[in-house]
Amino acid sequence: MEDLLREYLPIVIFLAVAVGLGLVLVLAAAVLAVRHPDPEKVSAYECGFNAFDDARMKFDVRFYLVSILFIIFDLEIAFLFPWAVAFKDVGMIGFWSMMVFLAVLTIGFAYEWKKGALEWE
Amino acid sequence: MTVADFAFYAFAVTTLVGGLFTVLARNPVHSVLWLIMAFIGSAGLFVVLGAEFLAMLLMIVYVGAVAVLFLFVVMMLDVDFAELKAGMAKYMPLALLIAVVLLMQMGMIYGTWQFADGAEAARRAVTPDMTEVENTAALGQLIYDDYFLLFQLSGLVLLVAMIGAIVLTLRHRKDIKRQDVLAQMYRDPAKALELVDVKPGQGL
Repeated sequence: MEDLLREYLPIVIFLAVAVGLGLVLVLAAAVLAVRHPDPEKVSAYECGFNAFDDARMKFDVRFYLVSILFIIFDLEIAFLFPWAVAFKDVGMIGFWSMMVFLAVLTIGFAYEWKKGALEWE
Repeated sequence: MTVADFAFYAFAVTTLVGGLFTVLARNPVHSVLWLIMAFIGSAGLFVVLGAEFLAMLLMIVYVGAVAVLFLFVVMMLDVDFAELKAGMAKYMPLALLIAVVLLMQMGMIYGTWQFADGAEAARRAVTPDMTEVENTAALGQLIYDDYFLLFQLSGLVLLVAMIGAIVLTLRHRKDIKRQDVLAQMYRDPAKALELVDVKPGQGL
């Protein structure tokens, strides 16, 4: 267990540096920067005219479609990792089961390509 | 306190704080960000357990993809926060009731949970010794062979999800111009161009 954690030491150091740097930058802005806020300065600025609307607005549902398709292929990749690592041990059944799995997802991929879900009009 | 203990408590506190503020944050977008922190904390807990593959999967799938999906959903809903807060008092009793029921269920599980004597021996997939087999390899030896049917079914579930997402959200617009790559490539200059000899003083 100690060995495993020791292997992660560089990552921990990296995380500590990242968090430390982030904190330093935020705190430096809070401590050092000159601040004279007035209502005009802190109000929303939109190229000289008053802001039309709230920043929150409805997203197009197509973004959602793209990210769902992304997650599906992300999961497919997740299944490929252990298969690749244990490739010597999985044998013929393991090999062909992955091929069938990929074939099923390729059918889905062909369907989405044919349907034009990958196109951004 | 050993390093492993310290790491465990640090990640556990991160996860709990992340989960707590996911519920408490006023702004749903902030909630999603706190949720990402909870995911990262649980990934750290998996590393402490020695389940490195699950930890990395949590980072790739949950932090990388699912959290983005949550953000999209939050953005898409177009929530009016003032309206939401007004409805809060109305639904509070019902929410409290459900919370109490859930809490009692969890308490009942915690109080009566016990292992059968043969449970450990009857496990189909016994965890291999972690010093000999890495857990990614251990998973790989199990999933594709011993759990063939479940693996294929998960592929079908992914296929259904893909087709369902397309059927539900894809609307084909007729009124816009699309790029037709084949038509562009087969375009023949001889048919597209014509040289006309125009005499001076005359139009076409």
